[in-house]
Amino acid sequence: MAVQYLAANRFGLGRRYDDPAIGDPRDWLTRQLAQFDPAPAPIAALAGREAVAAAYVDYFADRRAMREAEARAPTPEGADPEVERLSRSDIRRHYVDAASARLTAAVASPTPFAERLVHFWSNHFAVSADKLPVIGFAGNYEFEAIRPNIMGKFADLLIAAVRHPAMLLYLDQAQSFGPDSALATRMRGRGRRQAPGLNENLAREILELHTLGVRSGYTQADVTSFAKALTGVTVSGLGRGAGQRLMPADARPGETVFIAPLHQPGSQTILGKSYPDTGARQAEAVLRDLAVHPATATHIATKIARHFTGDTPPQSLVDRLAEDFRRSGGDLRSLYRTLVASPEPWAADTAMFKSPWDWSVSVMRALKLPALGERQNVAAMFNQLGQPLWRPGSPAGYADLVATWAGSAALMQRVELASRIAGRIGDRVDARRLAPLILADALTTETETAIARADSPGQGMAMLFASPAFLRR
Amino acid sequence: MRFSRRSLLVSGLGIAAAAAATPRFAYAAAGTTRRLVFIIQRGAADGLATLAPTGDPAFASARKALADETADGAKLDAMFTLHPALANTATLYGAKQAHFAHAVATAYRDRSHFDGQNMLEGGGARPYGREDGWVGRMLTLLPDAEREALAIAAAVPLALRGRFPVGTYAPSRLPQADADLIARLSALYADDPLLHPLWDSAVKTQELAGDIGGNNGRNGADLGKLAASLMQPADGARVMMVETGGWDTHSGQRGRLAAQLRGLDQLVAALQTGLGTAWNDTLVIVATEFGRTVEVNGTGGTDHGTASSAMFLGGALAHGGTVVADWPGLAPASRYEGRDLRPTRNLESVIAEAVAHHYALDPKRVMTTLYPDA
Repeated sequence: MAVQYLAANRFGLGRRYDDPAIGDPRDWLTRQLAQFDPAPAPIAALAGREAVAAAYVDYFADRRAMREAEARAPTPEGADPEVERLSRSDIRRHYVDAASARLTAAVASPTPFAERLVHFWSNHFAVSADKLPVIGFAGNYEFEAIRPNIMGKFADLLIAAVRHPAMLLYLDQAQSFGPDSALATRMRGRGRRQAPGLNENLAREILELHTLGVRSGYTQADVTSFAKALTGVTVSGLGRGAGQRLMPADARPGETVFIAPLHQPGSQTILGKSYPDTGARQAEAVLRDLAVHPATATHIATKIARHFTGDTPPQSLVDRLAEDFRRSGGDLRSLYRTLVASPEPWAADTAMFKSPWDWSVSVMRALKLPALGERQNVAAMFNQLGQPLWRPGSPAGYADLVATWAGSAALMQRVELASRIAGRIGDRVDARRLAPLILADALTTETETAIARADSPGQGMAMLFASPAFLRR
Repeated sequence: MRFSRRSLLVSGLGIAAAAAATPRFAYAAAGTTRRLVFIIQRGAADGLATLAPTGDPAFASARKALADETADGAKLDAMFTLHPALANTATLYGAKQAHFAHAVATAYRDRSHFDGQNMLEGGGARPYGREDGWVGRMLTLLPDAEREALAIAAAVPLALRGRFPVGTYAPSRLPQADADLIARLSALYADDPLLHPLWDSAVKTQELAGDIGGNNGRNGADLGKLAASLMQPADGARVMMVETGGWDTHSGQRGRLAAQLRGLDQLVAALQTGLGTAWNDTLVIVATEFGRTVEVNGTGGTDHGTASSAMFLGGALAHGGTVVADWPGLAPASRYEGRDLRPTRNLESVIAEAVAHHYALDPKRVMTTLYPDA
């Protein structure tokens, strides 16, 4: 068993060039659970939620002004695309800055196992930046909703994720109103045909993706009732439509608020249990029950087990993790400890293929010298590598399978990037010395010989980063 | 043996003695437009195929099938035949604009590419012995006007590192994964059930625009054209380093090396064309970290050796149209460690001599500056 390699790569994000030797791998991993810093410097330095919201407020104001001007005096070309672009660029900047900070934090992290768990959960509770309101908030979502909650109870992580503006805007919760809410009733009374209504998107994805899992026994009636329970939760200052006038006066843009007149009155029955109308508490009560549901335990256990073994996780591991999850009531730290203590992730007969993110982070961790140019746009690089950050294109996140990332063009791209990075570093790093450190007990004679026989130091480094063990985890 | 060409050698010591009394050697005269290009052949280029000692009775039997390919090459003298892919270089030789040194090697005597290239570029007495390179140190001898240095590379290669800043230029479509790296990865992935088929299909769809040998030499021509365009203008670079790879011909050497040399030949031709009249004041040095085995191996290639050949090209050579070698002979007993071409002259002093002549500098001073540990 290549325990050093597995600890550093399957569990971690790749060995750093200056990492001390991993003594007891299991101990090294469990200690990280206590040492994890939810807000390391690059992330702490970012503009917060309010600044992101302000960029949207400006953008919406500009867009409104443009449309009004256009309505008054239409131009043949329509609204000025340049103004549109500039106005969007502020939002875009938050995204680009966050992507950079995420990478810097991952490369520098002394707790790479915990960092990997952040990435795992961020993908589990995926938002996707192909929707405009998500672009600016995506980084903030991971940093403020996911990071601080990965070491606590699953219920708290779930609630934090669901209540963040990125998720509320992504899955249309901000525009979902109770069909019999005070506001809808009032509007219908005024003869408005298009009274605001229910949007089930968030409720469905919470059941299908975040908690119970698809085909785990919930019905359409459960989805509808849950959606009703969720009504009233929206985002201040950014949503559209009638609800905005009802925002509390002291609510700042980008804040998650509960607006009672938008909430569907009455009790809701979900999975056979009746939840009385307690306003904002109603949805939270449902979320807390979903978070500890046995189906959730199995769903989460399967995904974690797959991430740390391979496409078809051993049933023994899934069962053990699910049992831990049920017994502890979704205590995540306990789940991670059980994972580390289990034999299955340490077996050598399965392997995951690194995602472009994993691979790039591990390359950068291995090198003392910067692998990328100072002005490298990190977000653009991951677009090119086929894994745009926070933009999986679906609330299901990126699939966590070997075939997701192991493609022939993707492999050539990696080799080319390895070659480019190696070209930048040249002979300033000796791949022959680096290989035993980085691949540790997984360094094969074939790879070692291939690196030693490379025709230049750069080629040797490219071979290290393209070696079978380095491509996998 | 009778092939000794020691008589042709211009003794560095002799010139040094003469120059010691001549103060004008202290610095190159200002106002000149001299240019220098260092083309490194990474991967150990086979000097015995580049400049084949066809006059050596042991050559044909040692090189077997590989010896045949020299048949169409230009016979430079009774001893040496230039590889047929180096047609333009042969023309330069005829015009006294090419000069070769054979059986030369740096002070390095092991067979690691990494260490060998480090010695060739750094010019130290041992691998990783120096943080700066011989070209970087050479810049300290030149007037400001001739100090502008540039590498066509993503990062400054060791040879150019030193006291003065050096630019790098990497066109966005710089060859990334060259054919040689691709071939090596194919071997590394051969037994990998996942990577082998993925890589096979990736390679099939890949446009091999990488190495200088690709595209029937046109890649080399493009690189030469680019280098010339960066050196030709009045404010352009005066010292340039061009990197070439793909010389590590452990197998199938015949076709591969011919392609490499064709690329190199076209690189130099394009450089000459692009520089125009400036070619007359340009020195091009082509060198590799070490040579290859005398005998052909079991896969139609050659393995890491010791001495190789070096090329000096340009319009103002001291000894254009000559091959200089204190030929050691290829018979097994004459070889280095029984397998390699024995080095009979330091590549370092050959380079220092050419540099001293080119810039009209005191050879002794050049030698101690370029190779302070020698």
